[in-house]
Amino acid sequence: MAEIKVIEEKCTGCGKCVSSCPFSLIKIEGKKAKILPGCNFCGTCVDACPFEAIILEREEKVVDLSDYKGVWVFAEQRDGRIMPVTFELLSAGRHLADDLGEELAVVILGDNLKENLNLLKKYPVDKIYAVQDTLLSDYKTGFYARVLTSLIEKFKPEIILVGATSIGRDLAPRVAARIKAGLTADCTSLKIDKEKRCLVQIRPAFGGNIMASIITPYTRPQMATVRPKVMEKILPSSSSAQIIEIEPDLTGEDELVRILDKIRVESDVKDLQEAEIIVSGGRGLGKPENFSLIRKLADILGGAVGASRAVVDAGWIPSYHQVGQTGKTVQPKLYIACGISGAIQHQVGMRNSEVIIAINKDPEAPIFNIATYGIVEDLHKFLPALIEKLESLSSTKK
Amino acid sequence: MLRIVVCIKQVPDTEELTKVRINPATNTIVREGVKSIINPFDENAIEEALRIKEKKGALVTCISMGPPQAKEALRKALAMGVDRAFLISDPSFAGSDTWATSFVLSQAIRKIGEFDLIITGKQAIDGDTAQVGPELAELLGIPQVTYVRKLEIEDGKMKAERVLEDYFEVVQVKLPALVTVTKEINQPRYPSLKGLLNARKMDIPVLTNEDLNLPEDKIGLDGSPTRVVRVFTPEPPPKGEIIEGDLEEKVQRIIEELKKRNLLRWLK
Ligand SMILES: Cc1cc2nc3c(=O)[nH]c(=O)nc-3n(C[C@H](O)[C@H](O)[C@H](O)COP(=O)(O)OP(=O)(O)OC[C@H]3O[C@@H](n4cnc5c(N)ncnc54)[C@H](O)[C@@H]3O)c2cc1C
Ligand SMILES: Nc1ncnc2c1ncn2[C@@H]1O[C@H](COP(=O)(O)O)[C@@H](O)[C@H]1O
Repeated sequence: MAEIKVIEEKCTGCGKCVSSCPFSLIKIEGKKAKILPGCNFCGTCVDACPFEAIILEREEKVVDLSDYKGVWVFAEQRDGRIMPVTFELLSAGRHLADDLGEELAVVILGDNLKENLNLLKKYPVDKIYAVQDTLLSDYKTGFYARVLTSLIEKFKPEIILVGATSIGRDLAPRVAARIKAGLTADCTSLKIDKEKRCLVQIRPAFGGNIMASIITPYTRPQMATVRPKVMEKILPSSSSAQIIEIEPDLTGEDELVRILDKIRVESDVKDLQEAEIIVSGGRGLGKPENFSLIRKLADILGGAVGASRAVVDAGWIPSYHQVGQTGKTVQPKLYIACGISGAIQHQVGMRNSEVIIAINKDPEAPIFNIATYGIVEDLHKFLPALIEKLESLSSTKK
Repeated sequence: MLRIVVCIKQVPDTEELTKVRINPATNTIVREGVKSIINPFDENAIEEALRIKEKKGALVTCISMGPPQAKEALRKALAMGVDRAFLISDPSFAGSDTWATSFVLSQAIRKIGEFDLIITGKQAIDGDTAQVGPELAELLGIPQVTYVRKLEIEDGKMKAERVLEDYFEVVQVKLPALVTVTKEINQPRYPSLKGLLNARKMDIPVLTNEDLNLPEDKIGLDGSPTRVVRVFTPEPPPKGEIIEGDLEEKVQRIIEELKKRNLLRWLK
């Protein structure tokens, strides 16, 4: 058990700990700091206290984890195609494996894997675990979790990386719960603490208001889902990957969740999370018809259309366009916010974009706090002028 | 009758949280805790349970694991119309990661009784992990359908539409099962005045570890495979620039910047 205590004799009630607590769980009561229930023992206040008045006791356990070796990457596929995030995981995994002096393996499940195996062989991985079965042709939680668990139990990897997609975030917790492994969600940075020989997983929480470093000290494997589009993709290079084929043990009767149908969304709805450019509209557009301006700009730039919650709630545009805390978290190369005030709930979904252009007629709009380029202008004037200029550029290009 | 369990979490209001971060409190400011809300997706979970109840009849039970003040969240769920609510609370549960949280929830659900459907939000906006739903399903030994935007129940089966990044999947599963819901599934109701008055009179039983009797190595910090070792504020983005000039000049500047950064390479 961990325990956190305020030593009242030392506490001056200065309040430094209050503002340091990322969870707002400290208050000053009778001139002394008081730690409220819900504390997760992160220790930030301990470092913040100038008087060493807060102490945190953690019990250290000693366990032998040396049976577990190597870094695994789960290769996500959709309709038989390996998803881009897999190649990002492979580059992260390669670094981790090299730092540990261990092997990097990729695990792929599916049906008719021949082409994908040939593709994977072009990358610097040491091993490829392949499991083929018609029951694995589509992603299904039950079957995939069963196969992955049995592989883990047999080969004992030290680290397993999975893409933080709606498939990866469905699979990884199912497996982690089964084997009681530590799982860290949606990581944006990974590194090895060589001294402790453990994986340090860095991830945003509270919609990116804070970052947390998380480790899995006493159990293996260490599992992480990793946010797409954060890591660089691995480059092909000559490799001599060894393919290890494993027979699964599955029967159709165990299929509890049956897929009846797959519905593709209209082609104009580019996947926001994959888009390199996003043009987003908010209530400043004035009326739903004006979304045509946003579409037009997105079109000509080769980007996707996003929206604030206000316009989604008003029914101007379907909710899968929504960016923000209760919508999608995006990280394009360019995000253009048009008529969006930039409420914190919107910001957390887009503030990691590489370049942000904000167009808003109110110079005080909070979106300007995070915009790379701010344009204080009526969007009904600015957007048509910008579109016109881009159109003339594109015609000269041809 | 269908028995539905909705899992809700009380989370700090984001607005409050950033206020705390941006104007660090001085010793003159005494905060009465932080303003808390029901995790927004969990309100969708409550709403969906109530809609099923209204259509088919159901006993809707709402549970939350958290400190004593999480009762407020449960009180609101009661006001919205759930039939009963339990708080799962014990000092020994503090510091639980998603594994330990799911374990405690799974044991509490078993203790409360039989169920047909568990509904959770797709993720909590504080931790943003989206792990408790699937982990809970695993620990209860039932199938899961995550990121659901629509569901229908007929003859002990559930048909659900699951949202993936680039398509929707329509799936069917026999109950009991667990679903995690997105905000698209519905628009949560506001509690009615009558609901609010009713909820005030209702008892919210607390299940502690005396009731659940869970081993120390599976709960709280000791039962958690992961540890938060450091929490820090991300680097603020570099201060941007407000582009001055007339309309023409502004357009020109933006085009130049886009060119410079090679962002016009997809230009149609
Ligand atoms: C729990 C919770 C979760 C939330 N989740 C999300 C989320 O996921 N995503 C999200 O976006 N929001 C979310 N919100 C809502 C958020 O707080 C804001 O209300 C919302 O983002 C505002 O949308 P908006 O900027 O389009 O509208 P407004 O705030 O109304 O802003 C419109 C802006 O347009 C400008 N404008 C008006 N006319 C013009 C013009 N002609 N030319 C140029 N500019 C103009 C105005 O100056 C103003 O700044 C959430 C809120 C809560 C409480
Ligand atoms: N302490 C808790 N008590 C009850 N339900 C919870 C708790 N934590 C998480 N949940 C449920 O699990 C979902 C996912 O949470 P998370 O994995 O923390 O993102 C939430 O939307 C809730 O429905």
